[in-house]
Amino acid sequence: MGVGIEVNSLNAWYGANHTLQDITLHIPANEATALIGPSGCGKSTFVRCLNRMHETNPIAKVTGEVKVGGQDIYAETSAVEVRRRIGMVFQRPNPFPTMSIYDNVASGLRLNGFRNRRVLDDVVHKSLESAALWDEVKDDLKKKSGASLSGGQQQRLCIARALAVDPEVLLMDEPASALDPVSTAKIEDLIFQLKSQYTIVIVTHNMQQAARVAERTGFFLNGKLVEFDSTHKIFTNPGDKRTEDYITGRFG
Amino acid sequence: MENRLKKSAANRHWRWFANHLASVLAVGATVVVIAPLVAIFIDLVYKGASSLDLNFFTKIPAPVGETGGGMANSIVGSAVLLGLASLLGIPVGIAAGIYLAEYGRGAKLSNVVRFTADVLNGVPSIVMGIAIYALLVAPMKGFSAFAGGVVLGIMMVPTVARTTEEMLLMVPHAVREAALGLGVPAWRSTLSITLRTALPGVITGCMLAFARVAGETAPLLFTAFGNQFWSMRLDQPISALPLQIYVYALSPYDEWHRLAWAGSLVLIALIVISVALVRYVTTRGTLKGAG
Repeated sequence: MGVGIEVNSLNAWYGANHTLQDITLHIPANEATALIGPSGCGKSTFVRCLNRMHETNPIAKVTGEVKVGGQDIYAETSAVEVRRRIGMVFQRPNPFPTMSIYDNVASGLRLNGFRNRRVLDDVVHKSLESAALWDEVKDDLKKKSGASLSGGQQQRLCIARALAVDPEVLLMDEPASALDPVSTAKIEDLIFQLKSQYTIVIVTHNMQQAARVAERTGFFLNGKLVEFDSTHKIFTNPGDKRTEDYITGRFG
Repeated sequence: MENRLKKSAANRHWRWFANHLASVLAVGATVVVIAPLVAIFIDLVYKGASSLDLNFFTKIPAPVGETGGGMANSIVGSAVLLGLASLLGIPVGIAAGIYLAEYGRGAKLSNVVRFTADVLNGVPSIVMGIAIYALLVAPMKGFSAFAGGVVLGIMMVPTVARTTEEMLLMVPHAVREAALGLGVPAWRSTLSITLRTALPGVITGCMLAFARVAGETAPLLFTAFGNQFWSMRLDQPISALPLQIYVYALSPYDEWHRLAWAGSLVLIALIVISVALVRYVTTRGTLKGAG
């Protein structure tokens, strides 16, 4: 089951660049929350702070509090533990190129020392089904490399890989921006199904996509959270002039 | 309009010519690269193949004045020396390459390591031999297979380290992120994902280093020394193919000259076989569409 995320006074820097300024935001469990905003507004940095991925950049710095399911991920646990609980799907599909489809999905468990073959088979099957990829790859599981699939299939493979470690939250950083419309539609269908089991946070440049998949939407601008409300409210009756300007295409 | 069409026809001829010129030059360059190897190999077969018989692979060198004998101890000696060298040089080289590419990015130490590796690569091999003579042979009061393995191993390190670094840097950042995003610790991600993705290139680097030191003679003169008899002990002098070839080639006897040719042929053949074997074994499991 998914858990909620509470973010209080989050600030982030890359070197001297103050990329997130005092963000406070509560993301409810088992819903999809979309983050929109122009390029460079901080929305990608924000999701990377939710699973401490920004720490892979040595010049990044963060203050503030992020609680996932009640646990402060900066004070009470390690980055590695956090990332096991919070799966991430990146902008460009990034399957492990030397691994088979099966090994890609099993990688999260195997690399953390899990070896039971029967359980692995089962997890791989279930994860690929959840990612709506099973029927397309079931005959080539161990024969084909993950990199041999089409772009849309690769992205669903990456989703399956993230699901296989049984996370509570799924972060998606523009998961469909490198994909064609048909693949995009499949990913969106998937988000719709997955949110019954996981809390989903999705960064997107595509406002129709936010409107289609998310219950709630946050609008970021210049490192600040301008507005956070139900998707319906944001797109029909935004409270802030800047949000209205952005969604009506007047800038960005 | 008509004028433009004419021009494009002339263009087409020029493009045809330029294209074929480039192909001819590329093929020519390839031939220039391969020709010396082929010429050497043909020469070796011509001069050495007649002296190759079962004795060559089973007997040790005959004493002066007697005919027959072989290089069995040198073949085994080379295998021991190269095995020891690989055991020392490859892990150290790969570890240094990992440091350069993954941990030491931007660090002062990594620039020092990189510079040292490049300089080490340019040090004449005989100087390496003398250095190990002073550091190992003199204190241990004797030439030894161990010292020979160490000198060859050290000579492998720069090539292995630099190619490992280059190959790791070619692995896309997204692949590292994917592993870290799954909650895999950084060390595990480096070994099981990044290094594994770069493995074909890393193996090429190791094979390059291996093939290079397999033919080294000068550093072994001061370390392994050579041995006319059977010896597998690491604390005793040991024979090696290049050393035995060197001794035979400088001798005044025709028979020994012929054996030196045969030894050279065997040395090249063994290098080719071991490189091909490693390549076959390590690429066997490659999947459809991988890479």
